[in-house]
Amino acid sequence: MYEILVKKELAPSVKLFEVAAPQIARKAQAGQFVILRVDAEGERVPLTIADFNRETGSITIIFQEVGASTKLLGQLEVGDALHDFVGPLGQPTHVENFGTVVCVGGGIGIAPVYPIARAMKEAGNKVISIIGARSKDILIYEEEMASVSDELIITTDDGTKGRKALVTEPLKELLDGSAPVNLVVAIGPVIMMKFVAETTRPYGVHTVASLNPIMVDGTGMCGGCRVAVGKENKFACVDGPEFDAHLVDFDNLMARQRMYKRQEKDHSDHCEGGSCKCQSH
Amino acid sequence: MSISLKKHPMPEQDPKVRAGNFEEVALGYTAELATAEAARCLQCKAAPCRQGCPVEIDIPAFIAQLKEGDPAGAIRTIQQVNSLPAVCGRVCPQEDQCEKYCVLAKKGEAVAIGRLERYAADLAREQGGEDPVSVVREDAPKVAVIGSGPAGLSVAGDLAKKGFRVTVFEALHLPGGVLMYGIPQFRLPKEVVQAEIDVLRKLGVQFEVNAVIGRTFTVDELLEEEGFDAAFIGTGAGLPYFMGIEGENLNGVYSANEFLTRCNLMKAYQFPTSGTPIHVGEKVAVVGGGNVAMDAARTALRLGAEKVYIVYRRSDKELPARLEEIHHAKEEGIDFQFLTAPLAVEGKDGWVSGLTCIRMELGEPDDSGRRRPVEVPGSDFTLDVDTVIIAIGQGPNPLVQSTTKGMETNRKGNIVADEQTGATTKPGVFAGGDIVTGAATVILAMGAGKKAAVAIADYLNEKTKK
Repeated sequence: MYEILVKKELAPSVKLFEVAAPQIARKAQAGQFVILRVDAEGERVPLTIADFNRETGSITIIFQEVGASTKLLGQLEVGDALHDFVGPLGQPTHVENFGTVVCVGGGIGIAPVYPIARAMKEAGNKVISIIGARSKDILIYEEEMASVSDELIITTDDGTKGRKALVTEPLKELLDGSAPVNLVVAIGPVIMMKFVAETTRPYGVHTVASLNPIMVDGTGMCGGCRVAVGKENKFACVDGPEFDAHLVDFDNLMARQRMYKRQEKDHSDHCEGGSCKCQSH
Repeated sequence: MSISLKKHPMPEQDPKVRAGNFEEVALGYTAELATAEAARCLQCKAAPCRQGCPVEIDIPAFIAQLKEGDPAGAIRTIQQVNSLPAVCGRVCPQEDQCEKYCVLAKKGEAVAIGRLERYAADLAREQGGEDPVSVVREDAPKVAVIGSGPAGLSVAGDLAKKGFRVTVFEALHLPGGVLMYGIPQFRLPKEVVQAEIDVLRKLGVQFEVNAVIGRTFTVDELLEEEGFDAAFIGTGAGLPYFMGIEGENLNGVYSANEFLTRCNLMKAYQFPTSGTPIHVGEKVAVVGGGNVAMDAARTALRLGAEKVYIVYRRSDKELPARLEEIHHAKEEGIDFQFLTAPLAVEGKDGWVSGLTCIRMELGEPDDSGRRRPVEVPGSDFTLDVDTVIIAIGQGPNPLVQSTTKGMETNRKGNIVADEQTGATTKPGVFAGGDIVTGAATVILAMGAGKKAAVAIADYLNEKTKK
């Protein structure tokens, strides 16, 4: 079983777990993900690896409670165990000394950007990080990101912390600046990644986005996570999750992410109506 | 006494009733039916039926035992060579294998060998019977079996019976592979698969789920670091093909793999009691004509679709699905659109709103020996559907091949392996089933597993001698 070793609340409805999974921790690299199931009836939930510790044999995941599964997940405590935990899945981030790398993390996406920023730093890059959230209360991983970045820029939509701006604003200033930017890595809401891609496109700076489409098996078997990249269809689980952001059809990705919105809403109404059978087992 | 030229019919759920439930369609023979059917067997000395069985079951022997009222003996006979009798009795294409060679088939209908196999297996399971005793030796060589579908389970069972230590690695959270995620409950109940896997556990086979070989471990790590002496790769055909037509990424377009996995493995038909949702519209088009297409179409119907089409580009004569499945699908009201090929998926607000197709006619035979479908100009039309399921086949999943050093694959990405032994170009690594041959049947994968088990045992015995 995959025991929860550490639980922290990083922000309202944003939780961190360290999960005992020595076989996965042994192999995990920045950019990869895991799939978990909370219980025997649970859905398979893909989550990007926020950190790994080869010595303690643990994997860190950070998630926001949005749907039924993540809400159920959030109710688990230290000592409880996940039913299933599989990984590390997907291709690791391509890390080398590019020169200057800008790491952009939005909302919950800051967590998976962290191991990438760290790996980029360890590879000798100058790392400039831009992290953004709606408000300071839900800004996570500020210290961690500061510890692996040469420069850290914070933005909030409401101006309660850092600059009152979207992440693309300081990004554009960096691209306009005199120092060259060699690579941009973006993880966050799809709409943010889309606008990061549009911001860097005119500058021709290689930009990588980590995609989080709906997925079932995570091994290339179901094809549900297919994304249009350039003229091709790719499977995010095995070909990704990272792709050249300038080639990704983000609008299609956003549409596909809404595939089960109605069912999820019905499910949550049904739970809140008090007649819920689904969490009683 | 003259022998009836007809098989005893299989009792089945009424088509109208079963189209609304996930219970098994074929109910199985009663004791009376089984005994009467067993009595049809001529017990020929030549037993031509045996040449049609990829796992070489002693068919006349087990049928004689059934006739004599010894079902326990019958299942022992079958299990000597077949680790999944209740599965095979249900999903093997017997009409193309054992039953095709039955002497009775020349004048009438073959003995219902598959139904009798199922009867013996079900009875043994229901009555509990004797548990198999593990003969696995603690100091025996260790074999890693990658993939827990029919090929892997067959290898695992045979090697455990020879005393070897076997661990089966499965990427998903339940063992069984396509038997669990692909074939629907109404054709192969999951409890039946689980029960046969439990027999393998009792034989001493270990199962490790949530282990993605190529990621969690590579084959090289299993052999070099984890202490395995040989490996068998039976990862199947786990990469869905799409058509590459306009609109294929619209919401409401599924691969059959995803659609069936959501329903069979993740129990989406119980949503929200189960956590995984599924989208089934009112009108569904399934593209393809194989067993997987039949399974997807019949599943969609059971999930509440009002109208389900099968869109197939050749005629009914070329349908690759089993006759029984086609028959069942027709009885349940699936609408077959033959000689029809999809051109584009139409969309509205990001969702499927139709499937534009064109009528075909059959021309000269192609490489597959089947007549090539040719478009009839100007015959395009749009089917009014809101869900499209693509069931045009699967290719080899590259995860294991791409992470295994020194193992040759062919142009299509299948593993190159000796047909008789399953030996790959990497010493100590064997492969079989769909990952070698391309998508085929459960029993062919089991047959390949069987041959590989013999070769792996020889390899290990040779290795320990040195």
